[in-house]
Amino acid sequence: MITFKNVSKRYPDGYVALNNVDLAVAAGEMVFLTGHSGAGKSTLLKLIAAIERPTSGVITISGQNIAQLKPAAIPYLRRKIGFIFQDHKLLFDRTVFDNVLLPLQISNFDHNTVAARVRAALDKVGLLKKEKTMPIALSGGERQRLCIARAVVHRPAILIADEPTGNLDVEYARDIMTLFTSFNQVGVTILIATHDASLLEDTQHRILSLKQGKLAA
Amino acid sequence: MIRAWLIQHGLVFFLTLKRLIATPLTSLLSIIVMGIALSLPVGIYVLMQNLQAFSGQTASSPQMSLFLKLDVTQDSIEKVNQRLEENPQILAIQFIPKDAALQQLQQSTGLTDIAARLARNPLPDAFVIHTQENTAEALEHLRLTLQNWPEIEHVQFDSAWIERLNALLDLGRFAVLMLAMLLSVAIIAIMFNTIRLQILTKRDEIELSKLIGATDSFIRRPFLYFGALQGLAGGATAWLIMALAIRTLNEQLITLSQLYAIDLQLQPLTTADSISLLLFSGWLGWLGARISVASHLWLIEPK
Ligand SMILES: Nc1ncnc2c1ncn2[C@@H]1O[C@H](COP(=O)(O)OP(=O)(O)O)[C@@H](O)[C@H]1O
Ligand SMILES: [Mg+2]
Repeated sequence: MITFKNVSKRYPDGYVALNNVDLAVAAGEMVFLTGHSGAGKSTLLKLIAAIERPTSGVITISGQNIAQLKPAAIPYLRRKIGFIFQDHKLLFDRTVFDNVLLPLQISNFDHNTVAARVRAALDKVGLLKKEKTMPIALSGGERQRLCIARAVVHRPAILIADEPTGNLDVEYARDIMTLFTSFNQVGVTILIATHDASLLEDTQHRILSLKQGKLAA
Repeated sequence: MIRAWLIQHGLVFFLTLKRLIATPLTSLLSIIVMGIALSLPVGIYVLMQNLQAFSGQTASSPQMSLFLKLDVTQDSIEKVNQRLEENPQILAIQFIPKDAALQQLQQSTGLTDIAARLARNPLPDAFVIHTQENTAEALEHLRLTLQNWPEIEHVQFDSAWIERLNALLDLGRFAVLMLAMLLSVAIIAIMFNTIRLQILTKRDEIELSKLIGATDSFIRRPFLYFGALQGLAGGATAWLIMALAIRTLNEQLITLSQLYAIDLQLQPLTTADSISLLLFSGWLGWLGARISVASHLWLIEPK
């Protein structure tokens, strides 16, 4: 589903965030990406959604070479992916419902079914009763779940989460992990970046670990 | 596919309307500024249209005098008359025999003695014709045609006033064009800035939208609608200003008309001109928004 071949990323200031990374994630797999802060986890995830472009190497998603994608084709790549951002990127000028609605409006979904889809996504993360609430009034865990609802509402084949349990209590973090597991069980390919080792203690999923831009064996 | 597209555009249209109404004071002020700016060239245009119509009315049949050669026979006079009658450009023909001309000269100048002392009448027979042409070129063309007739010694008409009027109208047209161009640039600049501010306040939404797969045209669309709608509203305001101004002026002109016993009423914009005004103002708003979007959106690149 996702492959990296000899991928390097050097930022404009000269810093090499990823150095010759090779990896392959199969369809339907759930994979963790760990490493210290600054190891290059976010950079790697951004390369998949073409938010950053690689300096060298080949990245493919379903066989399509991302590195050579024309700018006009990037939106369509991103619609195949649900992205949970490290800094949330919630819109505070609109309700919980409207936050989840945005991806559907962007991908031109059938007008008659969008409300039902939004509610289904909110229900899945347990926020159905809060659909009219403004995000500012949500707790940290609720905001995180709102991000998840927004990432899955258009039923993407790939779900990417950047530190989804960032500042959450262990209990909340478990809830979130259970959610991801349930998405994975219906066939979604999932990639989760985290520096939180406690999350990975009893997982049977594959763990990739990044160290200073290099993938450890 | 087309239905989805229509729904998408319909939604954006209503969202834009909502956004215009959400900030009523700002929207109203921009619309009024645009309306006033547009009403200036439109006002001059309306005045010119009226001036042209008015001049056409009073001078719709310019006069031309044809002086015949002194030795023409009664036969040739008949022939000239007939040829004049056959010419579709000529509306009315009046023959002034030389005796009548002399008599009129004596009466109007009081030079009875001198005329009586002349051995023979020095004046020629003459035709006075009215034509339906009122452009300088057409009149000049007609004059040359008539001048070439063998019986005619000289054709005279006063074209200077028409040339002066046409020059004045040309100047007016030029002024309208210049003013319209300058104010169009001003309107585009206003819209450019309005949209720039909107883009900056919607920075987060735009960035997120790009991140989750919005195409550029999707992001541009609401701003373009906003520009077009506000431009349209500005055009409608200009139209209203003109309609009110013409009505007020016409009330004043009624008194004047009665004093001089002439019909002095300004005609409002025609339907075609009104539609052109609205389309043009909508297009201006769209263009300002388009330029603004093109120069600001790429600055918001998600990271
Ligand atoms: N836009 C950028 N410009 C320059 N350096 C960057 C940029 N983004 C990240 N980096 C650097 O790249 C390294 C990896 O960053 P990141 O991928 O965010 O790591 P992680 O997510 O594992 O904490 C860090 O040292 C960071 O400072
Ligand atoms: Mg990170």
